[in-house]
Order: sequence, then structure tokens, then C-alpha cells
Amino acid sequence: MKLMQVFLPKNTSAGQMSKSVTIHGILLAYTVIALFPILIVIMNAFKDRKGIFRDPLALPTSETFSLVGFEQVLLRSDFGLFAWNSLLVTVLAVGLVILLGAMAAWALTEYRFRMNLLITFLFAMGIMIPIRLGTVSILRLIVELNLVNTLTSLVLVYIAQGLPLAVYILSEFVRTIPKELVEAARCDAVSEYRIFFSIILPLLKPAMATVAVFTMIPIWNDLWFPLILAPSEETRTITLGVQQFVGQYVTNWTSVLAALTMAIVPVLILYTIFSRQLIRGLTSGAVK
Amino acid sequence: MMFSKRTKEHKPFPWHLWVFLGPGLLIYLTFSVYPLLDTLILSLYEEQAGQSEFVGLKNFITLVTDENWSSAFWNALSNNLQFFAFHMLLQNPIGLLLAVLLSSPKLRLASSYRTLIFMPTMLSVVIIGFVWQLILSPIWGISEEFLYSIGLGQYFDAWLGKEGSALVTLSFISVWQFVGIPMMLIYATLLNIPDDIIDASTVDGASPMQTFFHIKLPLILPTIAMVSILTFVANFNAFELIYAVKGALAGPNFSTDLLGTFFYRTFFGFQLQQGSSTMGAAVATLMFLIILVGVMLFLFFIQRRIQRFQF
Repeated sequence: MKLMQVFLPKNTSAGQMSKSVTIHGILLAYTVIALFPILIVIMNAFKDRKGIFRDPLALPTSETFSLVGFEQVLLRSDFGLFAWNSLLVTVLAVGLVILLGAMAAWALTEYRFRMNLLITFLFAMGIMIPIRLGTVSILRLIVELNLVNTLTSLVLVYIAQGLPLAVYILSEFVRTIPKELVEAARCDAVSEYRIFFSIILPLLKPAMATVAVFTMIPIWNDLWFPLILAPSEETRTITLGVQQFVGQYVTNWTSVLAALTMAIVPVLILYTIFSRQLIRGLTSGAVK
Repeated sequence: MMFSKRTKEHKPFPWHLWVFLGPGLLIYLTFSVYPLLDTLILSLYEEQAGQSEFVGLKNFITLVTDENWSSAFWNALSNNLQFFAFHMLLQNPIGLLLAVLLSSPKLRLASSYRTLIFMPTMLSVVIIGFVWQLILSPIWGISEEFLYSIGLGQYFDAWLGKEGSALVTLSFISVWQFVGIPMMLIYATLLNIPDDIIDASTVDGASPMQTFFHIKLPLILPTIAMVSILTFVANFNAFELIYAVKGALAGPNFSTDLLGTFFYRTFFGFQLQQGSSTMGAAVATLMFLIILVGVMLFLFFIQRRIQRFQF
């Protein structure tokens, strides 16, 4: 009965109760489906080989507990470096997408000039047309610029990838800022730069958080561009690093499980901490 | 008000405008617009011994008719259509169902369900691919054991390894991962429907089912349309899942080949076939056209018929 109270509001009638039970039943079942594979992998990463195969569904016991997989991963690959590369690329690209996106969104919504419509249209196209389709020429360009196997190449491409949606979301937001605010500043002869950096930019913070979320996830998770533009050992991102590692040690179950766990857990921790903001950003109507 | 045109013409060159717009625009033009246009142009050329020569539509004709190329291309396209159909038939209805359940009034733990169900969507497709490869592996036997425990053991098979079932299995994995997106977007739309409308229909004696089909469903159709086009673009651009689970060869016997993997192999080469940037550009151009046509159809037919409601 105590358990039921968690799921049901107080004072529910029998009819409402059976409906409520059905809803919770379905949602709970789907939650299990969504989490089960991930939990199985994490759980088994902390077991020895015997434990993994003898009873995959059991939690690690004192007998089967083992960190040998993690030791192997850390020994055979530069996991820390991969994580650092991913972090560096993501932070730089997201930071620049937000800043340059806000500046461009401001310019396109506030000022009227001849090519405004064309540029707005170009950015809008980028929301729907995936940047990957230009890979052949992106690779040529990166080769010509001598940027192959550099994190710079990834940052540049990811900025180009993230800007269209950022400009769109931020422009929508700029339009909601009262014009009087800017006009008043102009009357006081405040420069356009100061208007943007000290009045507009602080007001854009909530929209910038939304943009950060939308931009960050695809960059962190991307395999395509790291594989093509920066596959070297020193510039590997974590997604590419795990892909290469698992490909190489596919028969070594303890290592594979540990490598996957090491890629999953940090994301899950961050997700748990920021899920509220993230979901608010997703559902705030910015992309409706 | 914005600057009127007249005052603008008398102003000096608007430096601030280009300081704001310039850096972002420059990077976007250099690394996105230019490469895309360059790819479209490159698809009309042929490269031999470092010399490139204009050949018109020859690469495209080769792709769709040549015996060495066409079967691979049509195979990838047809697989891609199946992959997309699977998402439309499963991902969006399941997402809709979950969103409707989540938005039930006075539902406890709604935010916990929402957070947990959305979790797989956050992880890299590559990681998810590997996770499912392990879960479905006959060597490990988790799925087999599970099916036996619910009495369906005889149906277990090495699904990912069989030509007939590999693509369907990969579609299931992708649907499983991305069901959170339709769920979240539809849920947000449902929450935005004002209570008055729902109350009014209840007062008028509409059953919950009627309320759903006559009031809520029309209001979430624009969201469903948007989710569909997002799914379309993502599916026709998919690569990672196939590459992680089946490699660039999209085995067994190319049965899981999508346009993304086909593009990758064409560009970089595989086994005995040499990579070709012009043929790669031709594949990318076709993908571009497919996506463009899809997006246009969406904009002109679906979007136009759907009224948008503002509350």
C-alpha cells in the first residue's frame, strides 16, 4: 500500500485507480526497456569474465567483482586524452557558436541592409540540409588549409554545423526584446557595440542555454567528422576512440564493456545534473 | 522602430553590422555553404591522374544504370526507405503514446519517467550500437535467456548477423534510441494546450477518446509533421549506427547499407574499389536532392494544410 501511494494521488476512486495503474504500468515498462540495455552493460563492466558469462543479469558480487576491464582500457588506449579532446572541441565549438550566433542573430534582426534576406535564407537552409553532404569538399579544404588531424578543423566545421539553428533560435528571442530598451540607449549615444554586449547579450542568456544544449549533444556524439578529418591517435575524440578500441578488442569482453561504460557514465552523470534545464530547453518552444 | 531606409543611406559604412555578422557568416560560408556548392559542382567532373574534366551528368548516369554501381545504389536507397518507414511506423506512434500518457493530469513521477525514457537519446549512436550488439550477441546470450524466460526462446536468432533481419534489427535499435525526441516535442505541445479547451469539451460530454481525437490530435499534428521531417533528414543522413555495428561494408552482403555508408565507401573506397571524390560528390548530390525534395514536399503540402494555433 505504501508503494501505491508513491504512484497515486490521494483520494482516488476505483475507476481512476485502475486507469492510473495502467498508465504507470506502461510508462514503467517502457522506462525499463529504455534503461535495461545500458544498465546491463554498466553492471557487467564491473565483473570478471566468468561473472559476465555465467550470470549476466546478476549484480557484481565480491566473488565476481573486478576492475580488470578498466585497467586494460586505460593501459591500451589513451582514454584520458580522448575525453580531453572531446571536451576541448565541444567547449570551444559551443562557446563560439553561442557568441557568433548571438552576434549574427542580432545583426540580422536589428539592422536592415541589402543582403539581409539572402543571408537569413542561407542560414535557414543550414537547419535542414546536413553539413555532411559537403564532406568531400570539406576534406579538400581542410587538406589545403593544412588542418588535417587537428582539433581546429573539427571546431571550425562544428561551428558551421551549429550556427544555423543557433541563429534561428536566437533571432526568435531577439525579436521579443522590447525595442524601447535599445532606442533609449541610442538616444543616450551608447555605441552599437556596447548596446549589444552590455544590454542585449545578458538578456539572451536563457536562449543561449537552449542553443548550448542543442549544439553540444551532436558535437560530443559525432563520429563522422573525427573519423574523416582528425583520426590520428593524438586528436581522437572519445566517440571515435571508443569506436576504434571496440573494433580492435571486440573479443575482449571485459575491455569492451569497460570502454563503453567509461563513455556512458560521464554523459549520464552530466545528464542527471542538467536534465531539468535540458528538458526545459527542449520543450521551451524554441524549435516549434 | 528599425532604421528607416532613408536615414540608412546617408550613414557611413555600417562597420558594426559586419563586425557582428562577419565572423559567423565567414565560418558558415567557408565550411558549410561553399563545400556544399563545391560538392554539387564536383559531381559533374571526373578525375583521372590528377586531371579533372567536365563530364556533365555522366557520374549520375553511372550511379543509376552502370552494372557495377547501380545495384549498390538502388539497394542503399531502398534500404534507406525501409529504415525511414520503420521509424515513421514505430518511433512516432510510440513517442505519441508515451507523450499522451505522460501528460495525463495529476500524474505522479511524470518528470522521472520523462528524464529516464529520454536518456538513451543523449548517448552517442556509436555507443548505443555497440551496447545492442552485445545485448543481442548469441555468444553472451542475454537476449536468448530473456526470451526463454518468457517462453519465446525458440524465436531467438542472431538477428544482426542475418541478411533478412539485420536492417530491421538496426531500425529497432535506432527507434529505441530516438523515441525520446517525438515524445518530448509532442509532450511539450500537449502541455501548451490550454485547460479551458479540454474542460469545455468535457463539459459538452465528450469522452476522453473523443477529446483526444477531435481536440488534442489536430493540435499536435504540426508537431508530428515537424518530427517526421526531422526523422526524414536524420534517416537519410544516417551513418554511425551502421558503421559501428556492421562496419563500412554494411554486411551481411550489404543488406544494411544506407546512403550514408554507401557515400562513405564511394568516397574512401573499400576492398578492391578505389575511392573517388567525384563519384562521392555525385552520391552526396543525390542525397542532397532527396533531402531537398523531402523538405520541400513537407513545406509545400503538409505545412500549408496544417493550421497553426496560437494560444
